[in-house]
Amino acid sequence: MTATHLAAQQVAEVTEATGVAGSAWLLILFPVIGAAVLLLGGKATDAWGHLLGCLTIVASFVYGVMLFFSSTGLPEDQRVQNLKLFDWIPVSQLQVEFGLRIDPLSISFVLLITGVGALIHIYSIGYMADDPDRRRFFGYFNLFVAAMLILVLGNGFVTLYLGWEGVGLASYLLIGWYTNRPSAATAAKKAFLMNRVGDVGLAIAIFIMFSELGTTQYTEVFGNLDQLSPATVTALTLLLLLGACGKSGQFPLQAWLPDAMEGPTPVSALIHAATMVTAGVYLVARSNPIYMESADGRLVVVIIGAVTLLIGAIIGCAYDDIKKVLAYSTVSQIGYMMLAVGLGPFGFALGIMHLLTHGFFKAGLFLGAGSVMHAMNDEVDMRKYGGLARIMPVTFVTFGFGYLALIGIPPFSGFFSKDAIIEAAFGEPGWRGWVFGGAALLAAGLTAFYMTRLMFMTFFGKQRWKELKSEDGRDFHPHESSSVMTVPMIVLAIGSIGAGWFFAGGDRLADWLAPSLGSLEESETFVIDPALIPWLTVGLSLVGVLIAWLAVGRRDVPEVAPDPVSFPVRAARKDLYGNALNEALVARPGTWLARALVYVDNKGVDGIVNGIAAALGGSSGRLRRLQTGFVRSYAATMLGGSILVLIAFLAVRYA
Amino acid sequence: MTPTVYLLLSALLFTIGAVGVLVRRNAIVVFMCIELMLNAVNLTLVTFARINGSLDGQVMAFFVMVVAAAEVVVGLAIIMSIFRTRRSASVDDSNLLKY
Repeated sequence: MTATHLAAQQVAEVTEATGVAGSAWLLILFPVIGAAVLLLGGKATDAWGHLLGCLTIVASFVYGVMLFFSSTGLPEDQRVQNLKLFDWIPVSQLQVEFGLRIDPLSISFVLLITGVGALIHIYSIGYMADDPDRRRFFGYFNLFVAAMLILVLGNGFVTLYLGWEGVGLASYLLIGWYTNRPSAATAAKKAFLMNRVGDVGLAIAIFIMFSELGTTQYTEVFGNLDQLSPATVTALTLLLLLGACGKSGQFPLQAWLPDAMEGPTPVSALIHAATMVTAGVYLVARSNPIYMESADGRLVVVIIGAVTLLIGAIIGCAYDDIKKVLAYSTVSQIGYMMLAVGLGPFGFALGIMHLLTHGFFKAGLFLGAGSVMHAMNDEVDMRKYGGLARIMPVTFVTFGFGYLALIGIPPFSGFFSKDAIIEAAFGEPGWRGWVFGGAALLAAGLTAFYMTRLMFMTFFGKQRWKELKSEDGRDFHPHESSSVMTVPMIVLAIGSIGAGWFFAGGDRLADWLAPSLGSLEESETFVIDPALIPWLTVGLSLVGVLIAWLAVGRRDVPEVAPDPVSFPVRAARKDLYGNALNEALVARPGTWLARALVYVDNKGVDGIVNGIAAALGGSSGRLRRLQTGFVRSYAATMLGGSILVLIAFLAVRYA
Repeated sequence: MTPTVYLLLSALLFTIGAVGVLVRRNAIVVFMCIELMLNAVNLTLVTFARINGSLDGQVMAFFVMVVAAAEVVVGLAIIMSIFRTRRSASVDDSNLLKY
């Protein structure tokens, strides 16, 4: 199949949005109103702010469901709808319109964001109950949802960029929520700065589109790609990928995501697991016509995905902090999604499917972790947990379902989506199939190991917290969380069970997404028999579980992390030196550059300016001594001047 | 007698006047030296008028005399008031207008 043929297939007819889709801006308006009221209303809204915050998201979700059914009622070739709202930036050559694109891809995201978002909002009522600033928290949360909806609904790259920066802002505000913790402030700054690195790539990609094509709207960009040289298209793919890496915590910009766990746990669940960090995958999937034109660009996406999923899985094995393990698990799972969308027509829909199932079970896992932390005086060190299964049965069961979904045990959702990606990776021809498929398979085993380790350390074994005290000197009295927290966890657990089967059954999701992403294709170049791959995946996962039982589950967990340890563990505990690498390659040279520039500025630029001033001041200080006040000296000066004038006259006259 | 001699005399008088202004401290003497310079110039003007056979120089000399008379009135009044306040007519004592 040639590239042009694929491209022709990709660009579906775009129709004008009418009916329910014609008022799709309401989706964004609800959370915007919520954020505005909560953030501007001040303390007056404290009493009911959290309820309003939930209500707006539920309203958006209801509207999203209506939108979904109105879209399924349309014939398949009319499901990509465009809704122009207003001319945003009408400046000579630069015509940017603000509008929405309502198609199966964006509707899927709307349902994920508002559905999971609503559940996490409701959960936050309980989780943040003790926080005096709960109303502001809900304001930021609504702001995030609004920005995320703009990101996925926008009908052009500039609109996407608006949402992109909006979610970055909300993420920054919420990571740094606990303003009394310096580590939270640092983590927020780190997230913001590392995101900026990626955003530069996205911004330059948009600039290139504008300068080469004169437009940034999806329809026009994707329709005119044949005007671009192959090199430009590849540059576009790489720059968009840089943006995706920043937002999605992909190698080499993965270091901010684990630190982002400084924020409250609902934030980690919604922003840093289910929705915002998957925006990079959305970007690549949305730009699928561009990626279809560049095999090199797709290969780089696959490589980044494969590297990241391994990095995340390896580091996840070493951490004792429950949220950091889940964070690295997120990094790793988004690596799977990246790998999938890099496979082109064999993987776009699979990446989105894993994104949706991951949204369910990872949000559920984070909410479960939040429930455990809530019960354990905000302790995150798993070495201080143990034996919580009996005490927190609902949390244990819902977390367990999320766990089984994540490690890909059938029939839980992760099995369907992850196995499909591994299978598609093995479908690449030649060495690529072996390398990418092997990496994905190995990471599946590692995932099973670290998640089983987490389960054993948290819910099984000795109740180590009995002899310990929390950092503020209190005893641990773990208890099951209130129903406002457990109900969202139960709903998400149901999603973890059913979503994968529902999406994958009869290629339901892939067919639904076909108008946006092109139809899903089956590779014909498998390096091993595809029927074997599910057995391999599940087998390797079970091996991971077994190793975790042998290493962690069957013996007592020491309350202090063992030290010294072997080199791989040491490296994994240090994030595989990711931070050290950033420090050495970027931060230090940056500091040096800044210092050198400050030196040049102080000594060079300022030196010239100050030097001129000092020279003028000094010379005028000496020159003013000529004014002696003696009349005779003035007379002598006049005489001398007259003589000079005379000499000059004579010289002109006679010379 | 050639007119050149008059010019030499006036140059000599002017030089004496100029040196007097530069080296003497007594305001009255300085003043007299200025008069000497003015009159040296007058002599030059009259001499040139004689050489050229025109009246222009003599007219100029009259102007200078009138100006010199006015200057004497103002100048002497200033010197008098300085002497009254300072009990001295030395030009070096009045050196306040400086850096």
